[in-house]
Amino acid sequence: MSTTANVSAASGRRFAGRSKRVLPGFGLSLGISLFFVSLVLLLPLTGLVLETSGMSWDQFWFTVTDPRVVESYKVTLLTAFAASIFNGLFGLLLAWVLVRYDFPGKRLVDAVVDLPFALPTAVAGITLVTLFSESGWYGQLLSAVGIEVAFTPVGIVIAMAFTSIPFVVRTVQPVLEELSPADEEAAVSLGATDGRVFRKVIFPSLWPAMVTGVALSFTRSLGEFGAIIFIAGNTPYVSEVTSLMIFMRLQEYDYAAASAIASLVLLVSLVLLFSINLWQGRYLRRLEGH
Amino acid sequence: MASQQHRVGDTPWIRRTLIASALILTMLMLVIPLVVIFAQALSSGWATFAENIGNEYTLHAIGLTLFVAALTVPLNLVFGTSLAWLVTRFRFPGRKLLITLIDIPFAVSPVVAGLLYLLLYGRNGWVGSWLTEYDIQLMFSWPGIVMVTVFVTCPFVARELIPLMQQQGTEEEEAGVVLGASGWRIFRRITLPNIKWALIYGVVLTNARAVGEFGAVSVVSGNIRGQTNTLPLHVELLYQDYNIVGAFASASLLAAIAILTLVAKAFVEWRQSRPEHPAPEKGGV
Amino acid sequence: MKHLFKGIAVGAALLSAQPALSADRELLNTSYDIARELFASYNEVFKEHWQEKTGETVEIKQSHAGSSKQAQAIIQGLKADVATFNQVTDINILHDRGGLIPENWADRLPNNSSPYYSTMAFLVREGNPKNIQNWDDLVREDVDLVMPNPKTSGNARYTYLAALGYAQETYGDDQEKIDQFMSDLLSRVKVFDSGGRGATTTFVERGIGDVLLTFESEVLNIADRFDNGEYQPVTPKVSFLAEFPVTWIDDYVEQNGTQELAKEYLEYLYSEEAQRLLAGFNYRVHNDVVKEENADRFPALQLKTIDEIAGGWENAMETHFASGGKLDQLQRRR
Repeated sequence: MSTTANVSAASGRRFAGRSKRVLPGFGLSLGISLFFVSLVLLLPLTGLVLETSGMSWDQFWFTVTDPRVVESYKVTLLTAFAASIFNGLFGLLLAWVLVRYDFPGKRLVDAVVDLPFALPTAVAGITLVTLFSESGWYGQLLSAVGIEVAFTPVGIVIAMAFTSIPFVVRTVQPVLEELSPADEEAAVSLGATDGRVFRKVIFPSLWPAMVTGVALSFTRSLGEFGAIIFIAGNTPYVSEVTSLMIFMRLQEYDYAAASAIASLVLLVSLVLLFSINLWQGRYLRRLEGH
Repeated sequence: MASQQHRVGDTPWIRRTLIASALILTMLMLVIPLVVIFAQALSSGWATFAENIGNEYTLHAIGLTLFVAALTVPLNLVFGTSLAWLVTRFRFPGRKLLITLIDIPFAVSPVVAGLLYLLLYGRNGWVGSWLTEYDIQLMFSWPGIVMVTVFVTCPFVARELIPLMQQQGTEEEEAGVVLGASGWRIFRRITLPNIKWALIYGVVLTNARAVGEFGAVSVVSGNIRGQTNTLPLHVELLYQDYNIVGAFASASLLAAIAILTLVAKAFVEWRQSRPEHPAPEKGGV
Repeated sequence: MKHLFKGIAVGAALLSAQPALSADRELLNTSYDIARELFASYNEVFKEHWQEKTGETVEIKQSHAGSSKQAQAIIQGLKADVATFNQVTDINILHDRGGLIPENWADRLPNNSSPYYSTMAFLVREGNPKNIQNWDDLVREDVDLVMPNPKTSGNARYTYLAALGYAQETYGDDQEKIDQFMSDLLSRVKVFDSGGRGATTTFVERGIGDVLLTFESEVLNIADRFDNGEYQPVTPKVSFLAEFPVTWIDDYVEQNGTQELAKEYLEYLYSEEAQRLLAGFNYRVHNDVVKEENADRFPALQLKTIDEIAGGWENAMETHFASGGKLDQLQRRR
């Protein structure tokens, strides 16, 4: 069954590749898409470029390398990295448990995973700070053992991690579902330990999806503002994120500087996204190829 | 025999540990935060809660938020479907670029997105100054809010549809062409039933984000109470006012919408998975 | 789909329900984020006053956000009739960037167009356990401070200037000592919230820090709210004259045809009735009668002006708060 479906899908794809424009609606869909993309996406982006191009190169460089801004890059990158690593592990665990096991409440867990996407980030922010500050449910417990979360960089990690939980789960889950049990069972029956089979057989198939999920979660964390601002202490050089720097420049009516920093962040994110797309495409082609 | 069925992680203690840790982490990271919102909202009792929700400004914020979502969703539905049809049914130069372009809203911080629109359509903006001459004001009124919301939510429908439509191929539709059906008819009778659930899924996500958008909207809204204040902005305003209970009451409405979204999503996924996996093949190969 | 249309219907109904209140005149007041209750009360007083005077009913719309954000919105086309801010610089920008008001806007109403004012004060916890009396107590190693971020909040810029005023008073011309004091003070701050109310929430709801630095009005307001003495106000002897400037926005009132209404709305803030109301919200006022009534609540202080401390707002922004300015240098990691 599934093999025939695959073949027909593949031949369909090839067919589509050769005989382009057999189907109707090219003009209409192209028109709508281009109109929309230009008006909604490109026009405002041109604004960003124009605003930034009003600066000389020296001004631009001075703005984006201001020591405090540079420090905010470090804070943002490090916390985003920590958050996406956490999400990589937590996501893998959740995906594994949801695919492999049956247990009461599984449906609920599966549904609630997407909560961070559905919940407005500002609401997430005030909720997390309520939980993690010293008077909150978690904060009380944590401060008893001497751990401070709210108003430290750890708080930023928590906020970033929360807002991007679903990425890894949702990219790993389908791959895990499709994973053929044959290799795995063969390895197990040959007497390999679980840990070894996971490392040698399962993980190699999972990691591309994991990397994609982690990278998406990382990109998302770079731009996050609403949830972080409430829980970060915003101490200069310690817990200021780059989004806050952009916000500060706006408060100073310095649109050019805000645009400069924003365009740098945008560039990094776009390069990251584009690489994922490219890499994914290549990886998928390799999978299909063999 | 038993070893034949054995797969990694089937050992009872591993299984139990993994499930338990997943459940505990989910509790801590997701469920309890959700509970806190409602606990805070109701911390002064139901009467206060009802009073907070029934407040005329809160009601207006709810109305505006729904109104914005109701305009945003159809716009992005049309755009997302057209784009998905375009990039999965035809090959043309610039196709890859187009696919990456729609990811831009994911890469732009919402505050920056709001700023972009403000710089462009504001009184001193390139388009805005021209519009001002005709006395058209987009920013600081609902059209501006709709515009930025469309921006931040535009990838969702397309992103859901593209992989699916790519996977499904074009054979059936081409058969339709051969049989002489009109384009609209092909789309309605062949494509739509195939992508129905992915489409709904995209709509659900778009709607959730449209209802909850804060950063971008806050830049272009003007924050006029009873006029351009959306529900997430209202939450922040109440929070600033020391009305923490009120803020969480409004937040709980947003959380309720989030829960509805999750339920709708779970339902869609269930419907989607039903015809595709009639009976899971066990150890078939 | 059905839900969608229902949503539209509800939305449209709720949207159209609002203007049905139809008053004769309409006025939009853009204000800083924490003035909601203040203007909610004043608007009622003013509506009555205007109706008595002209027989017309007025509907006053309120917009609240950080005052820099509000100024940006007005420049970009938010057609507000009046601006009631807590930042002189944010009104100046309406002239400098927007060309919406004349340069001499501050001379159009009494007291630099600032119908009420406040100063910077401290809020400490019950019994003042760290014995905070004056600015020099704030730089002690055992004291944690909470204040908003001077980069994003005018409230915090006022605190910075107030501390600077104290340092100048104490150390005279010794710039090195002044810098050291300011740097020590900033390094004692545990949380820099983005706005004034955020800082209050951090201090009160989250229980962070020993001292909250904010407006005297805010300090008194919190002390009143918790009348069990959980929080105590401390007003230092030397502080900063924090003006709350107001202006009508010439271009927009002309377009909206609200010149007289907007002017009267602001002028009436100086009336005895309004001044009493403002004093009730813990602001210091100019009216002699009301001043007399509240003499015990607002002790006499040495209030330094921006000219004394930093040679005017323009200079203050340039030397202290601009990117790479004094503040950035002081906050540089040591």
